[in-house]
Amino acid sequence: MILIFGVPIQALTGQLMVGLINGAFYALLSLGVAIIFGMLRIANFVHGAQYMLGAFVAWFLLNLPNIFPGLGLPTIGYWVALVLAPLVVFGVGILIEFLFIRRVYDLDHAYSLLLTIGLTMVLEGAFRLKYGSSGQPYEIPELLKGGRNLGFMFLPYYRVWVVVVSLVVCFATWFMIERTKFGAYLRAATEDPILVRAFGINVPLMLMLTYGFGVGLAGFTGVMAAPIYQVSPGMGQNLIIIVFAVVVIGGMGSILGAIISGFFLGIIEGLTKVFWPEASNTVIFVIMAIILLVRPNGLIGRVAK
Amino acid sequence: MHDVFATQTTHAGAGGAAMLEIRNLEAWYGESRALRSICLDVRDGEVVTLLGRNGAGKSTTLKSIMGMMRKRAGSIKLYGEELIGCASNAIARKGIAFCPENRGIFSSLTVAENLTLPPIVRDGGMSEEEIFDLFPNLRERLNTGGTKLSGGEQQMLAIGRILRTGARLILLDEPTEGLAPAIVQQIGRVIRRLRERGLTVILVEQNFRFAETLADRHYVIENGNVVDSMTNAEVPANRDKLAAYLGV
Repeated sequence: MILIFGVPIQALTGQLMVGLINGAFYALLSLGVAIIFGMLRIANFVHGAQYMLGAFVAWFLLNLPNIFPGLGLPTIGYWVALVLAPLVVFGVGILIEFLFIRRVYDLDHAYSLLLTIGLTMVLEGAFRLKYGSSGQPYEIPELLKGGRNLGFMFLPYYRVWVVVVSLVVCFATWFMIERTKFGAYLRAATEDPILVRAFGINVPLMLMLTYGFGVGLAGFTGVMAAPIYQVSPGMGQNLIIIVFAVVVIGGMGSILGAIISGFFLGIIEGLTKVFWPEASNTVIFVIMAIILLVRPNGLIGRVAK
Repeated sequence: MHDVFATQTTHAGAGGAAMLEIRNLEAWYGESRALRSICLDVRDGEVVTLLGRNGAGKSTTLKSIMGMMRKRAGSIKLYGEELIGCASNAIARKGIAFCPENRGIFSSLTVAENLTLPPIVRDGGMSEEEIFDLFPNLRERLNTGGTKLSGGEQQMLAIGRILRTGARLILLDEPTEGLAPAIVQQIGRVIRRLRERGLTVILVEQNFRFAETLADRHYVIENGNVVDSMTNAEVPANRDKLAAYLGV
């Protein structure tokens, strides 16, 4: 048996893979939170519940015939859900922005924090009331079942898919914000929304779409996560604190920071599980504390105004 | 001192209907009233300056025209169309462009991105080549971060970017503030060029020597009111009065 630092290579690579998968989810979720905070200055604590909502929409679509018996509705599988569920969650995000979020743009951060925590409680509470706390199973799509034995580890196809798609979505989002005209509008509106509006750009509409996009990303992540974790009302609750730690480490509002620190911290967490399992739940927060002491703006943070 | 309303009628009425008519404009910063009753007219193709001491309400007048003040009342008409209920993005789309006092250059955008940020609202705006002819420094610095430019270059960028838009009314808020004399002269040449192109300019300026070389008419603002106005030809006879208004 090959050992690395006294640990079997299978255990090490297995945990690295788990770390990479978790990192992919951290990166996707942190990206949404970073976009929303960076552009709207809203700490979107309801992001975890919106991620849960994405997974539940995928589950609803898969179980349409059981949920609405007698209507003759078809089962809508993973691939369609991967497009449809984020769109539904985007719509919910637009509605939340229109009804609630825009009312706290000009208020202290504490208000958006309280508002989004309250929305989380309502959303998660409603789902818990209907479906209980236990998880609903969601099958891996046929095309991505199975895996490949690499000799030193077993590589499940679905997990590779998650990592690749996550990287592609993260890059596409970064490109949109940093390299396109729409992204330039967003970045400018972050600095001076009143002036950008005076240039003829409909900033309120842009903020609404940006919130919807960030929330849609959470919904997309929820669909990606559904086959790996069970679909349950509390699935986002466990993740949201870590996601905020990732965003703080990357730099509040930094798109690239959220992506890099998401993957990096997922891997660190995975490796900690191998070498010091007891510390694996706290390692991210220890790193956050150190980063806040050494670099208060985060690893790649734009200075928040 | 002129009777303000009579003066406006005389000066603005001489060349036909006003492009911009402002009547009894009031504006507030929170509970604090910044404009009390601004009345002024600007005709097509004119360069008009708003003069006054710091805090008189000059910049607030421009921001109110642009719809950037949260609370405002009265009437602002562009070619007879009421703007007072319009959002600032809608006002910009009607052909008014604003260059703020702090220049408003975005640090997260390159010079090229800053330059092309304001959307083109009408035909007839300057091409990028024409803007580079006016401000050659910008051509060399396109990939530089916007706020890495010198103060003068930032001012060129702030003016250049609104000239692309095709706006027919240009609002310039203290474009020469803190700039070297050579840059001030360059900005003066640009404003003359804008007038030659038939654009209308409202200029807020503390530097009266600069303003009188460019303007057709001047309004004096004090405590949120227009207290006097005169054509540029009337300035020599009113120099002492102006000095008293401006505290120079």
